[in-house]
Amino acid sequence: MEKIKNPEQRWHDMGGFPAGQIDKAQHDFAIWEKRVDALLSLSTKKKLFTVDGLRRALEDMGADAFEKMTYYERWIAAINQNLIESGIYSIEELGNKMAEVKKRGETYGAAQEGKS
Amino acid sequence: MPHDHHDHDHLSPSGHPYRQDNDEPLTYWQLMEISVRELMIEKGKFSAPEINQQIDLMDSRSPADGATVVARAWMDPDFKKRLLENGASAAEELDFEIGPMHLVVVENTPKIHNLIVCTLCSCYPRNLLGLPPDWYKTKEYRSRAVKEPRTVLTEFGVSLPESTVVRVHDSTADMRYLVLPLRPESTAEMSEVELRKLVSRDSMIGTGVIQEI
Repeated sequence: MEKIKNPEQRWHDMGGFPAGQIDKAQHDFAIWEKRVDALLSLSTKKKLFTVDGLRRALEDMGADAFEKMTYYERWIAAINQNLIESGIYSIEELGNKMAEVKKRGETYGAAQEGKS
Repeated sequence: MPHDHHDHDHLSPSGHPYRQDNDEPLTYWQLMEISVRELMIEKGKFSAPEINQQIDLMDSRSPADGATVVARAWMDPDFKKRLLENGASAAEELDFEIGPMHLVVVENTPKIHNLIVCTLCSCYPRNLLGLPPDWYKTKEYRSRAVKEPRTVLTEFGVSLPESTVVRVHDSTADMRYLVLPLRPESTAEMSEVELRKLVSRDSMIGTGVIQEI
């Protein structure tokens, strides 16, 4: 990403940056992406955190994450950060859960078949 | 996704390729999604059916919803007036749930063309159009729409006369925009139901116009 001249303008404030041709390729959303979207909608509906909280976490990830991670990868990272901050579960609980889920199988299809 | 039998796998009728997630090696972020979702269910914050219902709700939203609002505005001047005054309450008259956000409907005229963008992230009138297209979220669209909208419009196949004023509206989390496209003159005899079919997603973002028929 190009150097930002105004020091108060952060990387995500992209309006006016030079940029190339717009890629119009479209993909259908995968079920895991739809689930991430649903986690955000339900979290804000139930006032567990706000869209501003999501935005703060996304913006703090920096330009590098924007380039390297997909849209919903960044979202689940930001949702997770907000939920941990809200005290609903701890990093340790997340770590244990991720280890447990990982043991179920090598693919998303296999790993998702938990008790949910 | 042949090895996965979840109901939602059959819900994308548009013919675009899926991301091949279910049969590919599990990624770190997919692992996190499953884990977060299950923790939230275990903690009693969400239920599994609630998550599925939320997905179904989002899947049920599409540009056809926005088109319904546009066609009504074209047919009913009083509705149009209310829509331009308060987009959310007018859309709710047609049973579309907009929620607490402001919905600002901007009207295209023969002299003014409106274009919407979210330079800061990806805010979009998703309650009326469904999820935003991938290009709406790209750095390229977000950066350029506010600086060189006419060039951007050309890339979308829209060329406007020099005399047309182009207005670009930058969305926020709390304020979303919808373009009320210009009704083609040749549609004067059409019914509201027929008109709905003419209204494209891009015409309500402003990256498209509705051609004369």
